Amino acid sequence: MSLWVIQRDLLLAMRRRSDVLTTLFFFIIVVSLFPLGVGPEMNMLRTMAPGVVWVAALLASMLSLGRMFSSDYLDGTLEQMLISPQSLSMLVLGKAMAHWLVTGVPLVLMSPVLGLQYDLSTDALLILTASLLLGTPVLSLIGAIGAALTLGLRGGGVLVSLLVLPLYIPVLIFGAGAVEASTAGLGAGAHLSLLGAFLLASLVLSPWATAVSLRISME
Amino acid sequence: MAINWFKYSSPASFYVLAGKMIPLFSIAATILFAVGLYIGFFVAPTDFQQGEAYRIIFIHVPAAWMSMFLYVMMAVWAGIGLAFNTRLSSMMATAIAPTGAMFTFLALWTGAVWGKPMWGTWWVWDARLTSELILLFLYIGFMSLQAAIDDPRRADKAGAVIALVGVVNIPIIYFSVKWWNTLHQGASVSVTSSPKMAATMLTGMLIMSIACWMYAIAVILIRTRTIILERERNTAWVSELKGVSS
Repeated sequence: MSLWVIQRDLLLAMRRRSDVLTTLFFFIIVVSLFPLGVGPEMNMLRTMAPGVVWVAALLASMLSLGRMFSSDYLDGTLEQMLISPQSLSMLVLGKAMAHWLVTGVPLVLMSPVLGLQYDLSTDALLILTASLLLGTPVLSLIGAIGAALTLGLRGGGVLVSLLVLPLYIPVLIFGAGAVEASTAGLGAGAHLSLLGAFLLASLVLSPWATAVSLRISME
Repeated sequence: MAINWFKYSSPASFYVLAGKMIPLFSIAATILFAVGLYIGFFVAPTDFQQGEAYRIIFIHVPAAWMSMFLYVMMAVWAGIGLAFNTRLSSMMATAIAPTGAMFTFLALWTGAVWGKPMWGTWWVWDARLTSELILLFLYIGFMSLQAAIDDPRRADKAGAVIALVGVVNIPIIYFSVKWWNTLHQGASVSVTSSPKMAATMLTGMLIMSIACWMYAIAVILIRTRTIILERERNTAWVSELKGVSS
């Protein structure tokens, strides 16, 4: 059931490729702005890199949250999903996964290239990519709750950032911390394990909370 | 004698009960604040390490405790409202949020004022400070979500979901000084071991905490009464109240 939703959302995303590219270019532009703002000092950029890439990923993932349910809400598909006999949590899981495939995966693939701009070592690039790979699905899953709660509200876009960004902070801390720990020679194992734990916990809890929120928003 | 608790889950009877309780809690808060501040300023000895500056503890620690406690209470009431569909519980949750946010801000503010002479800086990015800041963001998120939704029933339920999701943060704040070795000192008071401070300091702090608690209850009850009036303004019992004209 989730697979069907993923397939459908991916198809819709492919039909409107510009949405996907906008998010990706937003990510690239934000990351490229920092060296222009703080100056091209390589030592400083190297220490800043993981934080900058992660914050940009957070913002890019958050900006595209509005699209997760809104088009389905407007054309009535969401209502049909709610009254269908299938488990709503599984449908929501599918939608969150599709959101990750469309917005998260391009960011993960692009991050090593952006890391090169910041002169990161090969090991650091590897850890950065791994941390984003584990962390970005968490962002999509947590974001789904915020997107469902603000569905159809005026000013929903700003509101969703207020709701979702505080919940993103732990992911940011451990995601960026993984790269810093590995460059400091401490090993990134602990941070990556915690990110994995976040992923598992949000995989279990978030679809359920999102389903409850959708029912509240749609009643 | 059995008390019928369900009687007071009706906004109409709770309105009357709250009206009777508010003066009691207000008086208790005033007396306790006076006693607590007297102990804090005149009775408690000067700290041998921190000098007089430590006296801010008498408001800092109670505010920090209340900020966490009120969030948990807010989440509990919101959860009850979501699960049992009781109107009054959700109104309580809505009424708790501004007071909780105020105490969170107070804890951060007094912490900054205390940090400047002790640590030499207004702010450090340590685990406890950061997670307390996240708590403030969670309160603000809860309030702005409720403010953005026009239908009060939907606002209650949506707020409940975000409050329950955010409750994960509370254990993180509480245990942050144990889990991470940071600048913020460890807990000064615990149930399992003897306190690491002079008895008068501890008494002053506990009295101030109870004072803050009484204050919070009084303010929350006043706010709940206002919310009840606002939401039930079209009912018969409100129009029969004295001094309320719609």
